[in-house]
Amino acid sequence: MSIILDKVSYVYSENTAYEKQALKNINLQIQDGEFIGIIGHTGSGKSTLIQHLNGLLQASFGGIYYNGRDIYEEDYDKKELRSKVGLVFQYPEHQLFETNIFEDVCFGPRNLGLSKKETELRAFSALRSVGLPESDWYQSPFELSGGEKRRAAIAGVLAMKPEVLILDEPTAGLDPQGRDEILDQVAAMHRELHMTILLVSHSMEDVARYVDRLLVMNQGEIMLDGTPREVFAHWRELEAVGLAAPQVTYVVQELRERGIPVNPAATTLEEAKTSVLEVFQNRKGKEFSNNKNSVK
Amino acid sequence: MNFIEARKLVHEYIRRDEEDNVEGITTALDGVSLDVRQGEFVAILGHNGSGKSTLAKHFNVLLQASGGTLWVDGKDTQDGNYLWDIRQNAGMVFQNPDNQIIASVVEEDVAFGPENIGVPADEIWRRVEKSLQSVGMLSYREHSPNKLSGGQKQRVAIAGVMAMEPKCIVLDEPTAMLDPDGRREVLKAVEMLNREKHVTVIWITHYMEEVVGADKVYVMDHGKVVMQGSPREIFSQVDTLKSYRLDVPQITLLAHELRKAGMEIPAGILTRQELVEVLCRLY
Amino acid sequence: MLRDITIGQYYPSDSVIHRLDPRVKLMGTLVYILSLFFFQNGFGLAAVTLGLILLIKLSKVPFRYMTKGLKAIGVILAMTGLFNLFLTPGEPLVKFWIFKITQEGLKNAGFMVIRLTYLILGSSVLTLTTTPNQLTDGMEKSLKPLNKIGIPVHEIAMIMSIALRFIPILIEETDKIMKAQLARGADFESGNFIKRVKAMVPLLVPLFVSAFRRANDLAMAMEARCYHGGEGRTKMKPLKYQKKDGIGYLLIAGYFVLVLLLRILL
Repeated sequence: MSIILDKVSYVYSENTAYEKQALKNINLQIQDGEFIGIIGHTGSGKSTLIQHLNGLLQASFGGIYYNGRDIYEEDYDKKELRSKVGLVFQYPEHQLFETNIFEDVCFGPRNLGLSKKETELRAFSALRSVGLPESDWYQSPFELSGGEKRRAAIAGVLAMKPEVLILDEPTAGLDPQGRDEILDQVAAMHRELHMTILLVSHSMEDVARYVDRLLVMNQGEIMLDGTPREVFAHWRELEAVGLAAPQVTYVVQELRERGIPVNPAATTLEEAKTSVLEVFQNRKGKEFSNNKNSVK
Repeated sequence: MNFIEARKLVHEYIRRDEEDNVEGITTALDGVSLDVRQGEFVAILGHNGSGKSTLAKHFNVLLQASGGTLWVDGKDTQDGNYLWDIRQNAGMVFQNPDNQIIASVVEEDVAFGPENIGVPADEIWRRVEKSLQSVGMLSYREHSPNKLSGGQKQRVAIAGVMAMEPKCIVLDEPTAMLDPDGRREVLKAVEMLNREKHVTVIWITHYMEEVVGADKVYVMDHGKVVMQGSPREIFSQVDTLKSYRLDVPQITLLAHELRKAGMEIPAGILTRQELVEVLCRLY
Repeated sequence: MLRDITIGQYYPSDSVIHRLDPRVKLMGTLVYILSLFFFQNGFGLAAVTLGLILLIKLSKVPFRYMTKGLKAIGVILAMTGLFNLFLTPGEPLVKFWIFKITQEGLKNAGFMVIRLTYLILGSSVLTLTTTPNQLTDGMEKSLKPLNKIGIPVHEIAMIMSIALRFIPILIEETDKIMKAQLARGADFESGNFIKRVKAMVPLLVPLFVSAFRRANDLAMAMEARCYHGGEGRTKMKPLKYQKKDGIGYLLIAGYFVLVLLLRILL
């Protein structure tokens, strides 16, 4: 199972003053079960790219294949595709419209023509997956906090049982704890429900902590594609286009420049800490207490 | 001189049912006392729902306290006679850049405030130019706000406040809806206003990186001020901050973790230069 | 799609039309629209066309901006044309099955399509060269006498200018919510009328909620910037007639007399 993008280009508002090529010749293969982060400036093409994956936007040139089938074939069922490739937009809580959360989560499965029983079963399990307490399920969206509404909206997409889940900046506007809760929840879905996950984010620190593979977009092109470690090794190129590697990467680089041989591949807090402690331990022969559970 | 002085400020939201009976009372502010001196850059931190936005709305008298006192620019906010005076002197910038721009052309939006307080036309032109200049948006004066980026829209909103020539700007989560570039450019613009025009700044946020350069930080939780001090004093208490649903910049956290592991690193490291220096000295 | 609507979209430039007092432009637009329904023959059409071309040239707005508004009403244009073409009684030119095209029909259809097209083109010159604020200022000032009979002219003008500012934002928002619901399997395009109306609920409810939230935010932002109604308010760009505005009025009057004369005399 996979998604393949073959030379995909997309032009906005063709033949007008605002014409803009948002995607340029994108070649991309997404394998089943991957956890991918997509990073880039506003306007770099991230949002345009993900809207192609479930057929909301149609490529100007090129082809897209989902599980081997061309999604632009005439008899391809777009509705089915949208249920298989779930897309959670930015600020998804703005799309809630039912009088209570549970009904709203039922909207997706109902659109798929499922029975009442199946619809409700899916809604239950989706609400459970996002960790929304049962006491909130029959509340009006207005009664919930921002973070809770966000989770309810994510459940609305999960209830369609997608194989691929795409989240466009799911943590925008949340406070630090709200952010951690959502990202932990997403990581758990990847682990337990074996979903393929694409996470669009602005935060290098967040993606470094969670994803296995990182795509960096710049001006409609995929500039870098690899593990976070591989990508952040190109931190100078990232700088050049106004993006930055995680803060610890810089500390590690500067320490190395000053002659302290820490691990240059450390990109997360945990890795940097372990490496610094190791280096100092070797030099001073002193034991440090590296309690791994203390850092998230 | 204190520009803002809050003493035991209380704000209660009273919910009523259809028959006007009191259904419940939410205490959004619970005895808040704080001082902001003229010319200071003060940051107020807190998670969503900690009461920081409610507090911000008191500074501009968009809300009135249920208890306690608040002086802004030496004037009691309970005294209705000073309402317009206070609003002009403590300008306010909100979170959503789209929902605070009134006009369809940048310069006309900046003029909205001065127009309301009856500034003559020539003077409005002078102020519009000056304020757009001060946030680096002068070349966009004839543009439509709809075509601007989030950060540019927020800078226009700031210019709109500056055109009223206030002594203080209160920014209520001005960066919450922006991308990292937007966040940086807005913070930079405000820091410059504070430094060069000596405008008092109250910066409300939950992004910890933004308060590193503040003169003073207040942390709020459950409607109370729970911590106050310099950024260094605040960030040296990593575990306490975490208990208030906040975190610290990654550099500070790394320093904190190394310190916890037994290394001799001082508390409250704020920048990566500091951390690198300390580690090199220890090596 | 929805974003192509030009109405309320200002095109910044420094033409003579841009600099005219909005009251002159409002009056001009009114006279122009009247003239469209006055001309009845080729000479009148020529005069109006000439006027329009001159106006567009002077405005320095690229022509394609004006034709954008036409796309939105293309269907209405086609319908009007066809109705006039087939349903006007008179001398038949062509006849097939139950349809017949008459000479009068051809003329009526042609003129009707031209009138509507010119109407859109001409009025988009007004909206493209006048900022919504100037436009509402112009109306506010022109209609000020109505204040005496209790009509809140300032408030109406303020509401209009805010509406103009938020139309593009709400259109974009509609687009976004629509996509979000499509991603949840919503279907806005198939089914009978009732089904389609029902399908709009997931779009309209969030849109209303958002509009109310925005209204609330905006009211607070306005209050924070000392807005307290029209009393004691000054203007950054107060409307003051200048020499060119006098000339403008004269030209408008001249144009109107010309179109009238062409109708009466020829």
